[in-house]
Amino acid sequence: MSAPRKARVATVSLAGCFGCHMALLDIDLRLVELLKHVEFDRSPLNDLKHFTRHCDIGIIEGGCCNEENVHVLQDFRRNCDVLIALGQCAITGGLPAMRNAIMHSDDPLRECLEEAYVLSPYVTNPTHVIPNDPALPLLLDKVYPCSAVVKIDHQIPGCAPSGDIIYETLVQLLAGRFDGFDPHTIHFD
Amino acid sequence: MTDAAFTLTIDGTVVAAKPGQTIMEAADAAGIYIPRLCDHQGLRHQGGCRVCTVKAAGRSVAACTQPAAPGLAVENETPHLHALRRDLVEMLFHEGNHLCPICEASGNCELQAMAYRLGMIEPSKFPYLEPTRPVDASHPDIALDTNRCISCGRCIRASEDVDGKGVFGYVGRGIHRRVAVDGADLAHTDAALSDHAVSADVCPVGCIIRKREGFRVPIGERDFDHHLIGETIAEKRR
Repeated sequence: MSAPRKARVATVSLAGCFGCHMALLDIDLRLVELLKHVEFDRSPLNDLKHFTRHCDIGIIEGGCCNEENVHVLQDFRRNCDVLIALGQCAITGGLPAMRNAIMHSDDPLRECLEEAYVLSPYVTNPTHVIPNDPALPLLLDKVYPCSAVVKIDHQIPGCAPSGDIIYETLVQLLAGRFDGFDPHTIHFD
Repeated sequence: MTDAAFTLTIDGTVVAAKPGQTIMEAADAAGIYIPRLCDHQGLRHQGGCRVCTVKAAGRSVAACTQPAAPGLAVENETPHLHALRRDLVEMLFHEGNHLCPICEASGNCELQAMAYRLGMIEPSKFPYLEPTRPVDASHPDIALDTNRCISCGRCIRASEDVDGKGVFGYVGRGIHRRVAVDGADLAHTDAALSDHAVSADVCPVGCIIRKREGFRVPIGERDFDHHLIGETIAEKRR
């Protein structure tokens, strides 16, 4: 009998800060044991830009702020059996979602871009043009949580989630069952 | 009506109560925690948030306002009520703009702590309303970030009943109902840092902000970072 194949895991950061990917490293020494049971497919950790095979687990950091995020997220849904939203940005939109409402404006996206590229006293932009190169992904009207775009199977809360909660979730999923979190381990910050 | 003590049951546990007590008061005294947000020790009961909904003799009632009665059978920790409360708390998150990672109340916030306790981690079935709400930073010592207000009315009752000022009050109806200040802005009221209404405990979320105090206690060392909301009440039972 051959050894059971390793579980294939893919990860991506959409509208996130890579903090959740850094939090993966907080799994710490247990990573060594975990990697005996897991191999990475598409992920910024190995710089694979496309899926090479169907994966067991897809881990999504960040919500959707532009059309590329949506396409990537849909690609993950097609190629992964279980999809995990990792961290508050993937779960609720998080900090990028501040542009949805906190701008106190009837046209928050425009106001956000004007503040960032034109109006702020610290901006040096002699042309006063908001970046509009066709190569730039089109921004969405607002930032969406992952669950508003595709079906999400599990959400790991935190900003960033602790190494412990990520590890416990992965171990349970690899064992084929997930019983939820101990409420003491749930944090939104 | 006699003044004699009587008993009721909460999830099958026999609990002593006195005439005039609410179900929640009897439960608190017995060390049984019933989740609540709009109710706060020392303030009159309101029965607004409905997070304390229990089944009393099979009917849904707010435990903070419903009088205890002899022989009453109360259900508290049932899967049905747990799910109902979680939905109520989740709708509060969706009704305002609650961005825990940027909120200075994170870790001390009762709304957030209730979401932890009730396990609010499933993909949401509700849309985010993302209302446009103002921040009032006019007062030299106090700021109001109404994005985070859950309209629990604790500041209203504290200001009226304890401070005798009436700085805060409800305006509007239905979904438009909100907490407002009695003046053009907070600076044009007689609100003061010494008011009970603006003390750290009264606002359950991060709406009433005491300026220059925000991060004195770092994230990770705050009230609900290491224990669940309600555990101090449940400890009385041991």
